[in-house]
Amino acid sequence: MQETDAIINARREMEVCNACRYCEGFCAVFPAVELRREFSAGDLSYLANLCHGCRGCYYACQYSPPHEWGINVPAALAEVRAESYAEYAWPKPMAVVFERNGTVVSLMAAFGIALVLLLCSLGSSNFWVAHGNTPESFYKVIPLWAMQIVGTATFGFSLFALAMGARNFWRDAGPQEKIGPTAVAIALWDVLTLKNLGGGGNGCNDNSEAFSMRRRYLHHAMFYGFMLCFAATTTGFIYHSFLGWPAPYPFISAPVILGTVGGILMVIGTIGLMAMKFVDDPIPNVRRLLGGDVALLMLLAMIAVTGLVLLAVRATGAMGLAMAIHLGFILAFFLVLPYSKMVHGVYRSAALLRRAIERNMKPLGGE
Amino acid sequence: MPDRTKTYDVLVAGGGNAALCAAITARQAGASVLLVESAPRAFRGGNSRHTRNLRAMHDQPNAVLTDAYKEDEYWDDLLRVTGGQTDETLARMTIRASSGLFGWMKDAGVRFQPSLTGTLNLGRTNAFFLGGGKALVNAYYLTAEKLGVEIMYDTEVTDLNMEDGSVRSVDIRYKGFPETVHARCVVASSGGFQANLDWMRQYWGDAVDNFVIRGTPYNKGRVLKSLLDQGVASIGDPTQCHAVALDARAPKFDGGITTRLDSVPYSVVVNKHGDRFYDEGEDVWPKRYAIWGRLIAQQPDQIAYSICDSKAFPLFMPSVFPAYKANTVEELAVKMKLDPAKVRETVKGFNKAVKPGQVFDNLKLDGNATSGLTPEKTNWARAVDKAPFYGYPLRPGITFTYLGVRVNEKAQVIMDNGQTSGNLFASGEIMSGNILGKGYLAGFGMTIGTVFGRIAGQEAARRARN
Repeated sequence: MQETDAIINARREMEVCNACRYCEGFCAVFPAVELRREFSAGDLSYLANLCHGCRGCYYACQYSPPHEWGINVPAALAEVRAESYAEYAWPKPMAVVFERNGTVVSLMAAFGIALVLLLCSLGSSNFWVAHGNTPESFYKVIPLWAMQIVGTATFGFSLFALAMGARNFWRDAGPQEKIGPTAVAIALWDVLTLKNLGGGGNGCNDNSEAFSMRRRYLHHAMFYGFMLCFAATTTGFIYHSFLGWPAPYPFISAPVILGTVGGILMVIGTIGLMAMKFVDDPIPNVRRLLGGDVALLMLLAMIAVTGLVLLAVRATGAMGLAMAIHLGFILAFFLVLPYSKMVHGVYRSAALLRRAIERNMKPLGGE
Repeated sequence: MPDRTKTYDVLVAGGGNAALCAAITARQAGASVLLVESAPRAFRGGNSRHTRNLRAMHDQPNAVLTDAYKEDEYWDDLLRVTGGQTDETLARMTIRASSGLFGWMKDAGVRFQPSLTGTLNLGRTNAFFLGGGKALVNAYYLTAEKLGVEIMYDTEVTDLNMEDGSVRSVDIRYKGFPETVHARCVVASSGGFQANLDWMRQYWGDAVDNFVIRGTPYNKGRVLKSLLDQGVASIGDPTQCHAVALDARAPKFDGGITTRLDSVPYSVVVNKHGDRFYDEGEDVWPKRYAIWGRLIAQQPDQIAYSICDSKAFPLFMPSVFPAYKANTVEELAVKMKLDPAKVRETVKGFNKAVKPGQVFDNLKLDGNATSGLTPEKTNWARAVDKAPFYGYPLRPGITFTYLGVRVNEKAQVIMDNGQTSGNLFASGEIMSGNILGKGYLAGFGMTIGTVFGRIAGQEAARRARN
């Protein structure tokens, strides 16, 4: 990480936290702070990505604004986190995309739909035809090979870019002991339960001193909804490739049930999280990051909604249009994946793994 | 906005832990309650916002505390720190009541956490609040609001107008504008007067200009003064205050916990002339930090400097301000604006006087001492010789004052003539001198505030509703 204003401020705030330690019980950040007396830029990036933004520490802080020290850990770490996304982006020139992330993600979404719609309407004579639920009806609008090539290429590249980013993050935070199976298990548990979004068991502070599990549960709905949709796609792929059952599948079938439940959960989660952006306390937040957050939530919501619409109209003449829009959003998602808020999942998981590895180290100071 | 024309059952003066416990308890007992807090909302909670734990008696381990901490041990600890300046009846009552607080506190939204890093010695005796004292204060305000306690921020109680030992009306200043409000009973929970520098100056002279006030700037002692002027019996030595050694760079007010410095036992401490003035290794720091405030207050310009080397530096919790750091003692002295030759001489003399002794052990009184110095260092004496060298400036930090109002076991205020007030109760720092006449026990202020806050709230509600 570069030595920026955000890093310098985060260092000042972490030094206050290290001398106070009252928030130790809230999350993984503070025990990690206590292992250090000096904070390199890489350390601060690690702490920033460990922070889940629950704001428990902000409301509990005796030094939060208007105290002259103005300690605001969630905002200070969010600033560093945002800079870390650009810092670790691969390939390096793509870092600029994080500067106007909301705009870029939105434009990519529009571009994705436009491109798929254009190609479909020009290239397919079956675009407005009602196919009923006949096998392979989807592929009469877009050939299977086209879907597979474009999907594999874009998603594959994005996964590779994410992995390179994770590698950059891991190196920046300095040398580390070996990764053991226990550490992996602990980190996985923390990722899957969002334990650190729990404010020590009470939940987050959304817009007041009151605690709430809203953010955690909405994120769960979105995350597990997404995973169910992913499972639906994978099941469909297995059905088609190994069992010779081409799509579309009946309503009572694994891919459709997984996708429907997943889609509904995603809609609930994304819309709920977006709504929270309007009521959240703006002070423990970073205003300029809102655009990228909302754009990604909107993109995910649109993927889910258009997927459900496609299910509803798949036997009608609107199927071609619905599918083109749905796949347009998915194409956009694949393309922006390593250059959007989605990267937080990778760096957060890596930070949690790092925290799990150092879990037995002794805090400095005191007895 | 609360209706200031109506007569409330209970008016609580103050907005910290004791005030909130009184207000919530009175409201739970059915009383209408007005809580008057002089700080703005962002700084509400008095000194409680800087606290972190509460000392609680327990006969067996529970969800929050390890092992056992029984009444007699608790009482012995109190007797030791106060040197007998306590009231055994009130003290034992408080100690016993402290074992039954957790349920009520949890119901009121307070959460606990295991004892903090660096405070393992308190894990048995003190229950730590998750997120510290401000989180506790936040939880109590939420509960109070939910129950319908009416709250005025930015409002100082200036006078409790008494007649025949009862409060008839209460003068307040809401955002600077004077008003008078009425209540059947009043609970005074407005803390001490340590933030009132003019009052402090009466006892300490211009030395107060070099004091740091660790907590809230809103504890001006207006209510305390009003009561003492109207024949309420006082308790505690007015000239005394709890003073600890702090990093001298702390803000004048509200610096809280992070400005404390635990470096003294592992350092050589000199005054502005470069002379040592007290045994830095007399006892473990938790037992000595409070006398160092007074020691520094007695030095010229109320300042001292703690100097250690790189062997000692990792042994204590960091203060929030970076240490001065240099490769020689002289350089360090220059950085701290001390006479380098004098400091070098002091450190050299000290190093020479260190007796080759036992194994160094920072966890106990290790007996490593100097020989032939005035004063000697009697534990943890090691030559200060391994560069880099580190230094911190120190000043007296005032936690609270001991002067308060006399109360009985029902939290009723006692008058000079020995009678109990008809409708005035007190809880928290304003009456803690009844039990804690001298010294301090970590977390005991919060215990007194919670126990007496609840009693005062209960009794005031009962009196008002009859």
